[in-house]
Amino acid sequence: MKASKKEFIAEAEELLEESQRLILEIQDTFLTGLNPDTINALFRSMHTLKGVSGLFGVHGITTLSHALETLMDEVRLGKIDLNQDVVQFLFRNLDILREMTDEVSKGNKEGDAEHYVKDIEAFRASQKGQAGTDSQISAIDESIMKVLSEYEEHRLKSNIREGRGIYLVKAAFSLDTFDTSLEALTSAVKAKGELISTLPTSDNVPEGSIGFNLMFGTTAQAEEMKKDLEFDIDTLVSPRIAARAPAQAHVEAEAEPQQQKQDTHLKSTSTTVRVDIEKLDRILNTVGELTLAKGAIKRIGTELLEHYGQNHLVYDIHKISQALERRLAELQDQVLEIRMVPIGQIFTRLAQVVRRYSREIGKNIDLVMYGEDTELDKYLAEEIVDPLMHLVRNSIDHGIEPAEDRKRKGKKETGTVILKAYQQGNHVIVELRDDGAGIDLVKVRKKAVEKGLLEAGSEPSEKEIIDCIFAPGFSTKDVVSEVSGRGVGMDVVKEKLSAMGGYAVVETKKDIGTVFMLTLPITLAIIKALIVRVGSERFAVPLTSMSETLIVEHKDLQTIEWKEVYYLRGEMLPMIRVSSFFNFEPTKSERSFAVVVGIGERKVGLLVDEMFGQSEIVIKSLGDYLKKLRGFAGAAEIGKHEVILVLDTESLIDDTVVKQRGISNV
Amino acid sequence: MKTILIVDDSATTRALIRAVIDELGDVETVEAASGFEALKMLPQQDYDLIITDINMPDINGLELINFIRNNARYVHLPIIIVSTERSEEDKKRGMALGATSYVTKPFKLPELQEIIKRTLGL
Repeated sequence: MKASKKEFIAEAEELLEESQRLILEIQDTFLTGLNPDTINALFRSMHTLKGVSGLFGVHGITTLSHALETLMDEVRLGKIDLNQDVVQFLFRNLDILREMTDEVSKGNKEGDAEHYVKDIEAFRASQKGQAGTDSQISAIDESIMKVLSEYEEHRLKSNIREGRGIYLVKAAFSLDTFDTSLEALTSAVKAKGELISTLPTSDNVPEGSIGFNLMFGTTAQAEEMKKDLEFDIDTLVSPRIAARAPAQAHVEAEAEPQQQKQDTHLKSTSTTVRVDIEKLDRILNTVGELTLAKGAIKRIGTELLEHYGQNHLVYDIHKISQALERRLAELQDQVLEIRMVPIGQIFTRLAQVVRRYSREIGKNIDLVMYGEDTELDKYLAEEIVDPLMHLVRNSIDHGIEPAEDRKRKGKKETGTVILKAYQQGNHVIVELRDDGAGIDLVKVRKKAVEKGLLEAGSEPSEKEIIDCIFAPGFSTKDVVSEVSGRGVGMDVVKEKLSAMGGYAVVETKKDIGTVFMLTLPITLAIIKALIVRVGSERFAVPLTSMSETLIVEHKDLQTIEWKEVYYLRGEMLPMIRVSSFFNFEPTKSERSFAVVVGIGERKVGLLVDEMFGQSEIVIKSLGDYLKKLRGFAGAAEIGKHEVILVLDTESLIDDTVVKQRGISNV
Repeated sequence: MKTILIVDDSATTRALIRAVIDELGDVETVEAASGFEALKMLPQQDYDLIITDINMPDINGLELINFIRNNARYVHLPIIIVSTERSEEDKKRGMALGATSYVTKPFKLPELQEIIKRTLGL
């Protein structure tokens, strides 16, 4: 029962996410030309949700989705006209469905849906459309009309009403291959207009074949269609608006979105599978262990070469370990690729929050999203949702001003929140930008002094002040409200990011707005690392976080404000002695190696005693017990079953660049 | 041994119908998730009964019924429509095209079972 409930939740969430996407699409296009397939798809989602929840006995969701299915049925049949009210109403009910699903996933009862159903009925009664007014329908042969479903008939009427031509393509295909041929023809038709019905027939077709009559509506003329489709075409109704010149452009403009949609129909028996992420984790772990085994084989090969010199067995093992290395790298890439999901998945969820939340507190907000196709690891995507959610709420609460304030400042009354994602090398950058009031630096500074994060008389830079908002316990009602925080402060955002190997940069301008830029690695899992020695301990430093290595003579180190710095190509580079960070006995020597990590203003050099070269490592969590330990990202196994700790360069950087002295040590 | 082809795009509904049929004993079921799939499966073996939904994404149930009724090979094949209560109009059209009987979704299991038994002469 437990597994099946999990399955239900997964399926319901998927359907709700899809519905959300569809309603957003409807909202964006219902004034400019809506694709009827979108409405139909939403109807079908509700239909499926009803079926699935019914099977699992989730009564509230069944009742509600059933009522929404009825509403959508009337919309798709044109009995209810689409307008802003309908779109808002759909959004509201989607929220309710989502809340119910949440309750079920927490093991609670989903609650009673009866009064929601009454609302839907009342709403349906208050709306009405223009269906049923029609005209040239008599031009269509009775034999065709009688096989149309009510929905198809409605689409036929709409097409005629909008002045499109109605055509019938007649095709016959061999029984063995008709599926692919029909699919190709369907795609071609959909590129031209709207496919209304596909009628299979066995009249007047050769032995061993099957005939199809495809009825579709388009603004194109018959001659053009004949030329493009290469099949017999009957004109049932001539287009009324086609002859004019702009009509051509209209057809093309419209052909494109249709083209993208074209595989939704015949291919609806989808080729995707849903897999529990835990299973992928397990595969990844196995790949990780294989990587270790591969390393061992390589090492054995080298040792054999040293002992016995070049001979055919040594050569064989060398060749085989090379082949293994290549294949393993491919396997690793493939597994990592499977784990990738478009960030749009979580953006949709955030959009939901923005709408609901802005409504709750009565602010009008436009949410704009870019780069939804940017991919990142599923695990990271899930981990980033909460921090992002927190930041989004924060923007709405504190960033965007109330309408009257905005008006007074000469700003657009509706606030804008922009979510943007893009890839940069091995990282994904997620930007959250608002055009609100900006962070009040004076207030933050005052608070920071009160909390002892900044010294009263000091002259901190803007950046140092902003960084204070990430300090634990900094959240106050003044800066982060109860509502937006819900008990979570910015420090948690930072901690989450850091645990993923990411970090946040904040830029803010008074009355212009605030930008949070979150930088995350694209994948977790297997990474290349540099193995270094500090005192008697060995550590791994992830290659992704470092830019170069240097040899540093200790006499070249200078001290500025109690911090050691090194001039690298004329720029000041803060240095951290890893040994003193962890309170090791320092090694006495004239020179050290420096590993340069971080970028931009967060660049620092880590001083270590020795470097051993690169190794592929699989980072494993230290477990809850050691989680609070600062400075480590996890542990990894290298070579001969030796376990070493992986340095968390971000927290090392924080303690040097950001002055949070009071809280820096373990 | 009788064979029934179940055509419905909802896996849930297909499972429910299959459960009803399994209770009848000596009857085999074959499933199609769309009208299109049903068309592909029709020539592959002989069926004693078709149970079909009407609203399906590619080829709808009415189009399927029309095809079956106008094809000499299947002309006597019984067809039961299983469709939602909203598609009253669609159901009428289906009967006009030559469906044998219809059952409204959500259906009561004994009701569907009774109709299947009657249609197959069990």
